[in-house]
Amino acid sequence: MKKSKILMFVGVLLLGSLFVLPLWNISLEAPQYPEAIGMNIHINKIADMNPSDIKNINIMNHYVGMKDIPEVLPEFKIFPYVIIAMMILGLIIAFKLNYKWYLAWFIVMCLLGTAGMYDFYLWEYDYGHTLRENAAIKFQNPDGTPLAYQPPLLGTKTILNFVAHSYPRSGAYLLFTGMLLSLIAFFQGKKGS
Amino acid sequence: MKNIFKKALLFLLPLGIFTACGTNNSKSNSALAEGAAEKVYVKPGDHDEFYAFVSGGFSGQLAVYGLPSGRLFKVIPVFSQDAEKAYGYNEETKPMLNTSFGFVPWDDAHHPDISQTAGELDGRFLFINGNNTPRIAKIDLTTFETTEILEIPNSAGNHSSSFVTENTEYVVAGTRFSVPIPQKDMPIKDYKGNFKGSLSFISVDPKDGAMDIKFQIIMPGFNYDLSHPGRGDSHGWFFFTTYNTEEASTLLEVNASQNDKDFIAAINWKKVEAFVNGGGGKKMATNYAHNVYSDETHSATSTMRKEVTVVDPRDIPGAVYLLPTPKSPHGCDVDPSGEYIVGNGKLSSNLTVHSFSKMIKAIEAKNFDGDAYGIPILNFEAINAGTVQQAGLGPLHTEFDGEGNAYTTFFISSEVVKWKLKTWEVIDRKPTYYSVGHLMIPGGNSRKPFGKYALAMNKITKDRYLPTGPEVTQSAQLFDISGDKMELLLDFPTIGEPHYAAGIPANLIAPKSKKFYALEDNKHPYAVKSEADTRVERKGNDVHIYMTTIRSHFAPDNIEGIKVGDKVYFHVTNLEQDYDVPHGISMIGANTSELLIMPGQTETFTWEPKKVGVWPFYCTDFCSALHQEMQGYVRVSPSGSNTKLSWSLGEDIE
Repeated sequence: MKKSKILMFVGVLLLGSLFVLPLWNISLEAPQYPEAIGMNIHINKIADMNPSDIKNINIMNHYVGMKDIPEVLPEFKIFPYVIIAMMILGLIIAFKLNYKWYLAWFIVMCLLGTAGMYDFYLWEYDYGHTLRENAAIKFQNPDGTPLAYQPPLLGTKTILNFVAHSYPRSGAYLLFTGMLLSLIAFFQGKKGS
Repeated sequence: MKNIFKKALLFLLPLGIFTACGTNNSKSNSALAEGAAEKVYVKPGDHDEFYAFVSGGFSGQLAVYGLPSGRLFKVIPVFSQDAEKAYGYNEETKPMLNTSFGFVPWDDAHHPDISQTAGELDGRFLFINGNNTPRIAKIDLTTFETTEILEIPNSAGNHSSSFVTENTEYVVAGTRFSVPIPQKDMPIKDYKGNFKGSLSFISVDPKDGAMDIKFQIIMPGFNYDLSHPGRGDSHGWFFFTTYNTEEASTLLEVNASQNDKDFIAAINWKKVEAFVNGGGGKKMATNYAHNVYSDETHSATSTMRKEVTVVDPRDIPGAVYLLPTPKSPHGCDVDPSGEYIVGNGKLSSNLTVHSFSKMIKAIEAKNFDGDAYGIPILNFEAINAGTVQQAGLGPLHTEFDGEGNAYTTFFISSEVVKWKLKTWEVIDRKPTYYSVGHLMIPGGNSRKPFGKYALAMNKITKDRYLPTGPEVTQSAQLFDISGDKMELLLDFPTIGEPHYAAGIPANLIAPKSKKFYALEDNKHPYAVKSEADTRVERKGNDVHIYMTTIRSHFAPDNIEGIKVGDKVYFHVTNLEQDYDVPHGISMIGANTSELLIMPGQTETFTWEPKKVGVWPFYCTDFCSALHQEMQGYVRVSPSGSNTKLSWSLGEDIE
C-alpha cells in the first residue's frame, strides 16, 4: 500500500479516540481549591475532572446566579454521528479515492472543527452571562454592568477569586494529529503522482 | 518499716549525683537552642514528617500531633463523649460507649499501638486500651475515627494493653488488678490464691480488622502491668511484667514492694492458640459488649456477647513461664531483633535485660527455680543477658532506635538515658521536665523503628509553661536522637496526661486519608440523598425529620406541626461531596450536642420541645459565604393541638 494511503488511514482512525478520551478541559483554581476542580468535555458528555467536581462547581456558582452545568447538551447527540460520518467518509477516501480527496476531507474537518468551537463559545457565553435575577451575590464591572463569568475559549483567565484554564485534552490532540496526517497524506500523494 | 528507711536512703544518695548531672545538661541545652528551632520548624504550608498519636490518659481521648513541629491536628474521642464531634451524643455513636455496666462515657486511655504487617508499621489501624472499664478500641487511620470497641470480661484495670503482634494477629489486654473470676461476693482479705489475673488475646481479622477475644489465660493473682510482643525469633511469644507477686490486697505501696524479684510472664501464644484451635480451653459464660461502627450506615451497633474461652496455663505445658525480674518491674520492652527483653524494675536502680535465646535454652534444660501455682519459674542467672548498672532512679520504659541503642525513661530522676545493648553501658543522659513516663520512638513497637526522634511524655511541668491555675498542662518533649548525643528540640503541651504514644512516618497514612464519604454508598436507614426526598413523618409522639444540608441551606427549613411532648429526631444528611466541607446543626434547647456531619454522612440528634413557640436551628460549622443564612425554624404548638404537620423550603407554607 502506498505511504499516503496508510497516513490517511491512520489519520482517520485517530478520530476514534474521541469516543474514549476527553476533547477539552476547563479547570478552576482558587485559594480554597489548592487541588483544582474542573470538568472534562467529551464529544457526548461533560464529566468530572475529579469525583463530584461538577456538583461542587454548581454549588459555588449558584451564589452568583449561574445555571447548573448541564449533563447533556443537544449537540452531544449530533457530534458522535458527525465523527462517525467523517470516519466512514475518510475510510472510503483512503481506500477508494485519490490524494486530492484527502485535502477535501481535511478542509471539511477544519470547517466542522471551527463550527464546533463556535458552538462551544456560544454555550460558554450563555453559561457565563445568563444569571438568575435573585442571585445572592451580584458583582458588577467598574462601568456598572453585571459581571460575566464566561470561561475563556482557549487560555487562562481570572474570574473573581478563580483562575480558569481552558485547554484541549488528549482527544483533541489526537484529532489534530489525525487531521495533520491527512494533510501530510495529501502532500505525500501529490509528490508520488 | 526498716525496709522503707533503707529504700529512702538508697534513693537519696544517687539523687544528689544525678541532680548535679542534670544541671550540666541544662546548660548545654541552652547553647543548642538555636539549632533546635530550625530542626522543629515546619514552614507554613509544609507538612510534618511524622504523625504522633498521643494518648490522652484520663481525657479518654487520643491526640494527633505532627513531628517535629509538635502541632496539634486533631483530638479523636475514643472513650469519651465529645460535643465537638457529637461522638457519644448522637444516636449513631452512643452504642460505641455501651458496656455490660451500661453507658460508660469515659475511660482512661493509655497505650496506643499501630497495626503491623511482617513486623513493620502498616498504618491501617490504631488500637488503644480503656484502663478503667476494660476495653480495647480500634481507630481507622483512613478516617481518624473510632470504629470498634470491645469490652474485656474477667479483667480490671486493663493496663498491659493494647500492644500488637507483628502481623497484628493479636492485640492483648492484660489485667492490672486481679479479681475473682468469675466475679463473686467474697472477703477481700482472702485475695491470695483466690483472685486471678486474665491475659486476653484478641484476634484481629486481617481483612477488616474485626476484633474477637480468641482466648483468655487465667493466671495467678498478680498485677499484670505492661507487655510487649516478641518479634523475629521470639515472634509467637508475649511478655507481661508483674508486680504484687506478694498477692496483697491492702496498702500495696508497702505490701507489694516486699519481694526482691517479681516476674515477667512469658506466654507462648502460638502454643495456646494451637491448644484452643484443637478444642482446648473452657467456654465460660459471661457478658461483654462488642461495639462496631460502620462507615456505610454511619452508625454503630452494640452486641452483647455471652461467652469467652478461658484456658488454665497448667493445661498447656510449655506455654507459660515466669522470668524473675527485680523489683516491681513496670515497662516490659522487647528490642527490634526480638532477642532482648528489658524489664524495668521501678524500685531498682539497675535495668535487667533478659535474653530470649537463653530463655529457650533454660526451658530446654529445665533450669527452674521452683514454680508459682504450677507455672515454672526460670533461673534468673540462666536467662539474664546483662544489667545496666546504676542507670538512674525509677526506670519505667525503654524504646529502641534500631541501631543497637536503647533509651530508658527514669521517673524519679526525671531523665532519659541512652545505653547500648550487649555492652550495657550508658552512653548519654538528658534531663526531662519533669517526671517522665513513657518514651516513644516512631515504629518503637516494631522490627523497624524510625530512630530519628524520641518523644518523652512528662507528668509534671511546673515552670515550663505559663501557669493556668492549679492544673498546668502535661507535656511532651522532643529529642533528636540521630546523633551520638540526644538533643532536646522542643516542648509542647498535651491533652490529658499522656501515657504513651505511637508514631509513624506521615507518608504511610496521609495518602490514604479519606476526603469524603460517597453519598451513593450511604446506607444509613434515615439517609435522604436529594432534597426532593426530604420530609417529616409522625409516628405517635415520635417525629422523624429527614433533612439535608448543602451550602448554604437546610432542606426543609420551615417545619410546622410539632407539639410539646413530641420526641423529634433530626436525621441530617450532608449532601456535599467535597473535601473539608462538613455542616453542623444545633437546635435551641436540645438536651444533647450539635451534630458535625461530614460530606456524604448522616447523623441524628433528638430534641424534645418543652415550650410553645417558633424555635430556630442553625449550622454550627462555618461552611460558606452565606453560612450565617444557613438556618431554619420549627413551629411548636401546644400538646394536643391540631396544627398540620408540614415542611417547606423556599416557598410559602400553605
